[in-house]
Amino acid sequence: MEKFAALIDALVYTRGRNEKLRLIAAYLLRTPDPDRGWALAALTGSLDFPAVKSSTIRRLLMERVDPVLWTLSRDFVGDTAETASLLWPEPAEATGAAPTLAEAVEHLSRMTRASVAGELASLLDRLDAAGRYALLKLATGEMRIGVSSRLAKVAFADAFGVAVDDVEEHWHGQAPPYEELFAWAADGAPAPDARHLPLFRPFMLAHPLEDASVSLDEYAAEWKWDGIRVQLVHAGPPGETGETRVYSRSGDDITRSFPELAAAFQIPGIVDGECMVRGSHQGGEEGGAASFNALQQRLGRKTVSRTMLTDYPAFVRLYDVLHWRGEDLRALPWSERRRRLESLFAELPPSHFDLSQIIAAGTFDELAQIRARTRDDAIEGLMLKRRDSPYVAGRRAGLWYKWKRDPLLIDCVLMYAQRGSGKRSSYYSDYTFGCWDGDPDAGAELLPVGKAYSGFTDEELVRLDRHVRQHTVNRFGPVRETDRSLVLEIAFDSAHLSKRHKSGLSMRFPRVHRIRWDKPAHEADRIEALRALVRD
Amino acid sequence: MPADFAWIRPEPWGIHVVPADTWIDPARAVPHALVTHGHADHARGGHGTTVATPETLEIMDLRYNTREGAVPVAYGETVRLGGGVDATFLPAGHVLGSAQILLKHAGERVIVTGDYKRRADPTCAPFTVTPCDILVTEATFGLPIFCHPPIEDEIAKLLATLRDQPDRCVLVGAYALGKAQRLIAELRRAGHDAPVYLHGAMERMCRLYEELGVPLGELRPVAGTPRDAMRGHVVVCPPSALNDRWSRRLPDPITAMASGWMRVRQRARQKNVELPLVISDHADWGELTGTVEEVNPAETWITHGREDALLRWHQLHQRRARALALVGYEDEDD
Repeated sequence: MEKFAALIDALVYTRGRNEKLRLIAAYLLRTPDPDRGWALAALTGSLDFPAVKSSTIRRLLMERVDPVLWTLSRDFVGDTAETASLLWPEPAEATGAAPTLAEAVEHLSRMTRASVAGELASLLDRLDAAGRYALLKLATGEMRIGVSSRLAKVAFADAFGVAVDDVEEHWHGQAPPYEELFAWAADGAPAPDARHLPLFRPFMLAHPLEDASVSLDEYAAEWKWDGIRVQLVHAGPPGETGETRVYSRSGDDITRSFPELAAAFQIPGIVDGECMVRGSHQGGEEGGAASFNALQQRLGRKTVSRTMLTDYPAFVRLYDVLHWRGEDLRALPWSERRRRLESLFAELPPSHFDLSQIIAAGTFDELAQIRARTRDDAIEGLMLKRRDSPYVAGRRAGLWYKWKRDPLLIDCVLMYAQRGSGKRSSYYSDYTFGCWDGDPDAGAELLPVGKAYSGFTDEELVRLDRHVRQHTVNRFGPVRETDRSLVLEIAFDSAHLSKRHKSGLSMRFPRVHRIRWDKPAHEADRIEALRALVRD
Repeated sequence: MPADFAWIRPEPWGIHVVPADTWIDPARAVPHALVTHGHADHARGGHGTTVATPETLEIMDLRYNTREGAVPVAYGETVRLGGGVDATFLPAGHVLGSAQILLKHAGERVIVTGDYKRRADPTCAPFTVTPCDILVTEATFGLPIFCHPPIEDEIAKLLATLRDQPDRCVLVGAYALGKAQRLIAELRRAGHDAPVYLHGAMERMCRLYEELGVPLGELRPVAGTPRDAMRGHVVVCPPSALNDRWSRRLPDPITAMASGWMRVRQRARQKNVELPLVISDHADWGELTGTVEEVNPAETWITHGREDALLRWHQLHQRRARALALVGYEDEDD
């Protein structure tokens, strides 16, 4: 555990990507099984200990320190695990050697809701502050050390001199502590066989186009639909009934939320598309997708009622095909995969599948005009795909671009600010803002319309934080209410009717576009301005 | 609060000793000021008279050229402020010259600690525990998460890093008054005799410390030193210079910061610190609460910092306390 704790600490303080890779690779090389596998699982967020939650830790600490002092400390630190590691009362006498990482994992996975209080406490008693931090991070699965699952896999590939694409390919289907995977990468054992398992394959992603332009001879254009990216996989051993799974963009299995999609996809293969809900009032001629708001009714559900299925029928708009009837198509150029997709589409039930259309545009300028005219809530912008691009995991420069439509803008007034967490702990970095419900000079009030915590630079954050501290009129725990003096120009993708907000409106993906230090608050927009942008 | 103490009043701009019309660490220019120590948020220029320890006055003069109206008072010495108020300056252990101020009026005793710590510091006189009715304390690190480790451990961490990466230098961000000199003095105490390189903003203060009797060993300016000569050495700069273009002249520096805030990982990350050194010139939670217990005042007033938690502690221990909303104190650089 000490070595793992030291790795976590070193990663916390290391800035450079290369240095992080070096640290992780060095750890993997000098640590034996199964510890290195558990560490890799922790870094890739693949561990889950259902008995240990943030609230478990909080309860454990509240039994040992005054609740008010706990809350004040937690607010300041911005991280439950770290606060607990600092506040844990060290036992008066040593209580046994520090556990190894594998022992810690074994303990954690055996814990139940009834036993967690006692067992977690005795583990914590055997560790120092750095060890407690690592243990709690491991236990709750929120490492927050600036290491993505992808980075950990790259480090694994670097450590053993294998290709990261092969690592991604063999990764899914393997379970921690990944002994088969280490045997393959480190000792040259055969790669794990996953052909007949319905496994997730990493998505191909796009870079933002920024200010570049591309030739339409080389790139094809499609709409970027505003649903969730899904991958449907059907596989099974030869001669047996296969299994279908629906995966989200992050590789989470969401089959239970969309049973009708799984049922409709019964041919061995892997397809990539946008999951949306049918709707009559949006994007009419393309087949009618409802806005993201409607899809949200279906997300995150463990069971789906019959009413849900009827009221919010889901379908997949197909973008790409990765495997079909046993053939791996990922190395083929996009244009060839597209041809295959168009023909295989006929084999799928039209009730649950349609095809993403290729946009007919002669030139890039023409395409730009088409994009500028689009104000459809189901469309986020455009995708540009290089016609000869293979299907590769992750973002690869020059192959796929996303070209989002220009955001909507509105001037709002800062109302509340909350402290952020992680890198922004102690900074007031989450902002709630509102629009006037009438003439502010005639006593109108602000109605909250949204919350944003991005879009500003680190320097601007420092200034915003200072503004909040100097303009506080009320404090509610970690939240401060500010005077109505600062105008934030908010960019957002679309406006919707909402029962959650008092204003009856909500925004999709709001972010701070500009801080209008210069603009008097009474000149900010009124609520009607936002209402006029609703397209529900 | 007992009504008897109406002679001392906390105002947003400082603590007002009413019968003497004198202010303690005022945030703006006043006719008569008592200054606890030389940090900019406590010691400002432009007062009519400034009563402080000789060391604090030297530091203030170095920073603001304020000879005029300076009234030096040695530790243990008492001055009459007028209006029947006496003030005695007592060591606070924070930085060179730092003082607690004991005020006596009509048999009542109030101590204003200014900033203080209880750990040993080779660069200044140790805090003395003195009985009083009201203790006006700081609370910069007034949360139970703050427990400063022994400074020897942090110095050892610094020296180990230096040994492990002899081709680089360790650039330590440290407050120019107090922290920098204490860090250097502790390096010397640990047997590190090599020259320490200084950012230009540190030089005059280090020289003043030496003139006032705090030896710091061989110090060299970064300016004019070839990059390679600094490999394997300690370089000290103000925290603001850590991520500044200035540091580009250094040989592949490892960024360190000497501060009590380094106890919290995310705080260190926010400052892009690679080697956090938990070294503070302020009292940690144990020192703050321990000091209240030792001094055992009838009431504690809390000037600045994490006052909520310290207030809570007083409540839990059936002690009287109140928070003063003073403006202008900064604590982020410690």
